[in-house]
Amino acid sequence: MADYIEELLEEHGPGTPGDVEIQNYTINFGPQHPAAHGVLRLVMELDGEIIERIDPHIGLLHRGTEKLIEYKTYAQALPYMDRLDYCSPLCMEHSFVLAVEKLLDLEVPLRAQYLRVFFAELTRISNHMLNLGSHVMDVGAMTPNLWMFEIREDCMNFFERVSGARMHSNYFRVGGVHQDAPLKLLTDIADWLDTRLPRLFGDAVSLVAENRIFKQRNVDIAVVSREDALKWGFSGPMIRGAGIPWDIRKSQPYDVYDRMEFDIPVGTKGDCYDRFMVRVEEVYQSARIMKQCLAQMPEGPTMTTDRKVGPPKRGEMKHSMEALIHHFKLYTEGYHVPAGEVYVATESPKGEFGIYMVSDGSNKPYRCKIRPTAFSHLQAMDFMSKGHMLADTTAILGAMDIVFGECDR
Amino acid sequence: MKASAPRCAPNDGVIAAATVALGDMLVDAVDAVNEVTVIVDRDRLVEAMIALRDDPMLQYQQLMEVAGVDYPERAERFEVVYHLLSVTKNHRLRVKVMTDEVKPVPSVTGIWPVAGWLEREVYDMYGVLFSGNRDLRRILTDYGFRGHPQRKDFPLSGFVELRYSEEAKRVVYEPVELAQDFRTFDFMSPWEGAKYVLPGDEKAGAEPEAKGAPSPVTADQVKKADEAKVKAEAEEPKTTESPAQTGAGQPHPGNKPEEKPDDADVVPPKDGGQNQ
Repeated sequence: MADYIEELLEEHGPGTPGDVEIQNYTINFGPQHPAAHGVLRLVMELDGEIIERIDPHIGLLHRGTEKLIEYKTYAQALPYMDRLDYCSPLCMEHSFVLAVEKLLDLEVPLRAQYLRVFFAELTRISNHMLNLGSHVMDVGAMTPNLWMFEIREDCMNFFERVSGARMHSNYFRVGGVHQDAPLKLLTDIADWLDTRLPRLFGDAVSLVAENRIFKQRNVDIAVVSREDALKWGFSGPMIRGAGIPWDIRKSQPYDVYDRMEFDIPVGTKGDCYDRFMVRVEEVYQSARIMKQCLAQMPEGPTMTTDRKVGPPKRGEMKHSMEALIHHFKLYTEGYHVPAGEVYVATESPKGEFGIYMVSDGSNKPYRCKIRPTAFSHLQAMDFMSKGHMLADTTAILGAMDIVFGECDR
Repeated sequence: MKASAPRCAPNDGVIAAATVALGDMLVDAVDAVNEVTVIVDRDRLVEAMIALRDDPMLQYQQLMEVAGVDYPERAERFEVVYHLLSVTKNHRLRVKVMTDEVKPVPSVTGIWPVAGWLEREVYDMYGVLFSGNRDLRRILTDYGFRGHPQRKDFPLSGFVELRYSEEAKRVVYEPVELAQDFRTFDFMSPWEGAKYVLPGDEKAGAEPEAKGAPSPVTADQVKKADEAKVKAEAEEPKTTESPAQTGAGQPHPGNKPEEKPDDADVVPPKDGGQNQ
């Protein structure tokens, strides 16, 4: 017997007899995978079930938005924003209109600023419903996702009632918003905020927040330190989950966010569970902001009266020649924006969404660089998943909240 | 500032602090549209970025964005624009370097690992090279894509389009064929300094003539011209005194069969005509 073991040891070298040498192997995750939240291809190097390295291949949804915008007038470029992050379209528009307004140095009527904040927050709720729902579904729960989609459906109906479109609203305009919101809509949303949203959302979250399986799948997964969060350019719930209380709505307020009272939830450990809970709390804070908007919103115009930027009303065009000329000029030529460059970043539901706009003084942007949130978050995928199990990938991706329309542009 | 764009900390003293921190690495500093831009020496970019991050007066901890911009008329046509954010000072700073197709920009991946993909994107879109970026692959465009699509001389439609070929049983690339050309409308106004010749203006340049109305002839010239006219009329009186002068019996010019056009609807105008 002893001879036999010695023989085996000589054959296999050091190690336990009977060991099989395992090589790392590479697998392809996506480009079509239900947990990839779009078209993402991950080339993974695995050691057994442990992730050694991840190389995300993106760009499968690249549509050349930035190039197209260079050939469109400012008003024509605005609908492209909706199609970036198609889960939170109005927040994308928000950055764009603020960037153009900053170049024009245009004052926006107060009611329009309130309406923008109001609907940006409704967008945040709608976005978080999709993300939280799909996150819990990725780690194995079914019911909360269905309940949260009910809320998302309500949000979509509200968008439709204010803008005419469920997803690609094109509601925010340079100089204000397209149309005033009807009073009935605002009261309906107020009722919804008081009754339906807290009930449905509270129920859905109560199923997972303290759930043992959900915690096992998320707690201590992909822990990000504060230093890493800064180095990797994190923003939004990702940087707050890592414990840095940074929110552009609070620190660099735009529109009427400086009049709003709200709290910034912060994670303590920087894991996937923290990021999930930060988003849950943000939904309640968004509802709080929306209620304040409703209480404070003044009557008044919703579009700038500067006729060189804001189009005239239909009725006005019937009896004013000048209004007709303005209308014609605005819808053919558009407006000329003074030469200059701005970088305007707002707090989109996913993080810092920035627009770097270079104008050469013509009616089209010379360059419009879009700063997507997902770009820096997805890049961190490699170091976040190192050493975790293959099954954790979906939890990490779900907690990142990535939408490829915006990532690939 | 009337616009309701994000309001960060004021720019007061930022340029002064940056001038001190950067020293001779600073090429230019501008405060325009309420935003501070510093242009730094390309070769010493990394040193400058470390100074901007670590200077206690500045503390730009985060790199949020790297954008390329193409100005084809410049000698160094590309601008690489870095947007920095200080979460402690609540301020944003724009750092620019200039480069062209061959001169590499030092990579800042050593300071901010997030720059890896951002630089890859600028490389993909503009062809700007980054020395020190170990993974400078294309990122957004297709595998095997040629060209740099965000350059101003790259057409909007691109050069190739792809479709699934039933014969080859795979996706094939073909040169772009557009049923209708992409139309660009020009809204430059001649009153606001359009630099090109408007349709019809080329006639003005054909013979050297002063701008405005033609110069009036002198009274003497008018008198002479009138006299010559009178003389000509006196020599050839406009009367019909003989049957030969009536034109009767003579063929009408242009009415002969060989002078008629092949297509009766198209009348060839004589000597070019007004519409040619």
